[in-house]
Amino acid sequence: MSVRVTEAPAPVVGAGQPLLSVRGVKTYYGNIIALKGVDLDVNQGEIVTLIGANGAGKSTLMMTIFGSPRAREGRITFAGTDITQLPTHEIARLRISQSPEGRRVFPRMTVYENLQMGAAINDFAHFDEDVERMFALFPRLKERIGQRGGTLSGGEQQMLAIARALMARPKLLLLDEPSLGLAPLIVKQIFDAIRELNRKEGLTVFLVEQNAYHALKLAHRGYVMVNGVITMSGGGRELLADPQVRAAYLEGGHH
Amino acid sequence: MAATLDASAPARPAAGALLTRAVREGGFAALVTLGLSFPILALRTEQNMANELVLIPRWSWVALLCIAVFIARFVQVFFVNKLTKTLLILGCFTLLGGLGRAVNAAFDSFAAIVFSVGALLLVLGLLWERRVETAGVSSPVSPATRARLSALTRYAGPVALGFIAAYPMITLALAGQGGSIKWIDNFGIQILIYIMLGWGLNIVVGLAGLLDLGYVAFYAVGAYSYALIATKVIPETFPALGVWAFWVCLPISGLLAALWGIILGFPVLRLRGDYLAIVTLAFGEIIRLVLINWVDFSNGYAGISTIPRPSFFGIPFTAADNGFAAVFGLEFSPIYRTIFLYYVIFALALLTAYVTLRLRRLPVGRAWEALREDEIACRSLGINTTNTKLTAFALGAMFGGFAGCFFAARQGFISPESFTFIESAQVLAIVVLGGAGSLVGVVISSIALVGGFEILRELDFLKQVFGENFDPTQYRTLLFGLAMVLIMLWKPRGLVSTREPTAFLKERKSVSSSLMKEGHG
Repeated sequence: MSVRVTEAPAPVVGAGQPLLSVRGVKTYYGNIIALKGVDLDVNQGEIVTLIGANGAGKSTLMMTIFGSPRAREGRITFAGTDITQLPTHEIARLRISQSPEGRRVFPRMTVYENLQMGAAINDFAHFDEDVERMFALFPRLKERIGQRGGTLSGGEQQMLAIARALMARPKLLLLDEPSLGLAPLIVKQIFDAIRELNRKEGLTVFLVEQNAYHALKLAHRGYVMVNGVITMSGGGRELLADPQVRAAYLEGGHH
Repeated sequence: MAATLDASAPARPAAGALLTRAVREGGFAALVTLGLSFPILALRTEQNMANELVLIPRWSWVALLCIAVFIARFVQVFFVNKLTKTLLILGCFTLLGGLGRAVNAAFDSFAAIVFSVGALLLVLGLLWERRVETAGVSSPVSPATRARLSALTRYAGPVALGFIAAYPMITLALAGQGGSIKWIDNFGIQILIYIMLGWGLNIVVGLAGLLDLGYVAFYAVGAYSYALIATKVIPETFPALGVWAFWVCLPISGLLAALWGIILGFPVLRLRGDYLAIVTLAFGEIIRLVLINWVDFSNGYAGISTIPRPSFFGIPFTAADNGFAAVFGLEFSPIYRTIFLYYVIFALALLTAYVTLRLRRLPVGRAWEALREDEIACRSLGINTTNTKLTAFALGAMFGGFAGCFFAARQGFISPESFTFIESAQVLAIVVLGGAGSLVGVVISSIALVGGFEILRELDFLKQVFGENFDPTQYRTLLFGLAMVLIMLWKPRGLVSTREPTAFLKERKSVSSSLMKEGHG
């Protein structure tokens, strides 16, 4: 984990199709349109980030991929399967895992039980092995194993939410603002863990972030969303250097 | 009081300000009480000989109540130590009780005894407060004793279970055959029925977190299933089943109730919280109204009588030659059936507890709890929340159906009157007061609420204080409400609020509940 990536390695693009593809997706809350036709791809083995201001529709896109709320127009495919109309739990069964906005760990259940809930999807195959993997990734969780989710600190809850999502052995991990409300040191720990997962296990990650600096440094590619539309896309470093992105999301912000 | 104040002066520099505040808060509470009690207590209407309504003022009652509330609030604000508060408040109330006796009847020896007990409690309270202030102790139980006591709680479960199992024998030994029926039936069986209903509803409300206000519907389905099958279907089709009717119908009642649980479950799948509660409430009422109005089916208000009583696995509890007493060479007595019924409901309740404990460790049980904690997280982890909710409804309903079947068999007569909303409310109160999700909590609150009400019938000595016309059972609802308010003030998450984890990495470690915020334990 101490190895810092200076140059993002070229993503391993799957032959032909992207792993997750979002095409012309429009999502409404009642009559209010939140996503105004979004196109976005996540390729096998990539870390892709979506940055944008509050209320841009980032989390809505994340939730739409998971089928709640449902896209009113457009098409979302995952590994060649159309998941636009699938119920949430069936989408999860295709091995998309999510660390949702606000973490949503089960507050009265222990860390161990939370991890069990994550593994329910694959009937606890490799459960013990996977728990050990999570301990290696987030040693803090091992110390807290018998503690209730609600008593953990924000950073520990975030680690637990990610670990719980990983217990399902996902093909695609969706992360919604993992850095929200966390100390910079913890943010770095969590982002290092994501980078390690991607490099060692080839895990595909789709990351929604407000913390544009860290997210773009971590990602192979990035998208910028403004008011429910993708306005820019490109390589992580490329976007980081872009004057418009710098002006809107980085200048005066925290580094 | 002055001594207490002096002693506390260095520790609490603002004692004067505190006194003012305590008086002010007490006065305010007394004023509120005056406003509330004025229309209820102050004027009583009665008909005199000429059939005229006359007003009888009861100002002494209002005054006593206001003084009681003032004292309680004053003590609560002014003192910190819990034991002091308890002793002082109890002492003051006992004194007021004596005063009530003196005002309503006469200052006789009984009033004198009450007065001295009250005074003793007051003195004890003040002495204790003094000790708290000077010696700095906060509890009469030393930490070492407390540790020993908490080690003993490990045995509390088995001991309680043993006591419940031996309860009929104990009452039989203490009260004899004639006297013990009341204790086994009104207390034992009645409480066990509510424990079973509480444990059944606990699956829906406590584990899955689905607020169900119509649980009595499943109780009714179970009861009517048994009553109708045993009185109509079996005599016409398999009269030979006669004595076995209860044992055949018990599973059928449970299954029918589970079926209705699923039927209710489907339309309410998308609802949560208040909305779910309203729909389940309506469902409970619908079942009752159908039973009232579909006279051909259920005999309406008149209900169903002569429901066969359970047999001892084929041997009926009758005075006949093939009856239980004769077969086992005993003298005939109704007590055997009562004791047998007690053990039947005890076994049914144990079954409910066993299934609940087992299921909590299985994926479906964990899914229920996860559903209660966070439905959205649940779904995104690939859990089918539809099935999870339906299984919770179905299983909860099934145990309600078992209890209903037992109820019909025990009473021998049922009518829609037995299945009103107040029953649902009482079972829900038992679950919530006990601490949602806790089996032990349900037992404690069942004993307190159901047993407490039965005890009210036995409190004849209260007539000594409140006069001959005083009937404690009339105050049931008031006490019920008061108990709820008090428990929710002191134990907002129920009597037993810690959730026992169902899985451990290697060894069972105690999970500290003192680290938990309210609402997160």
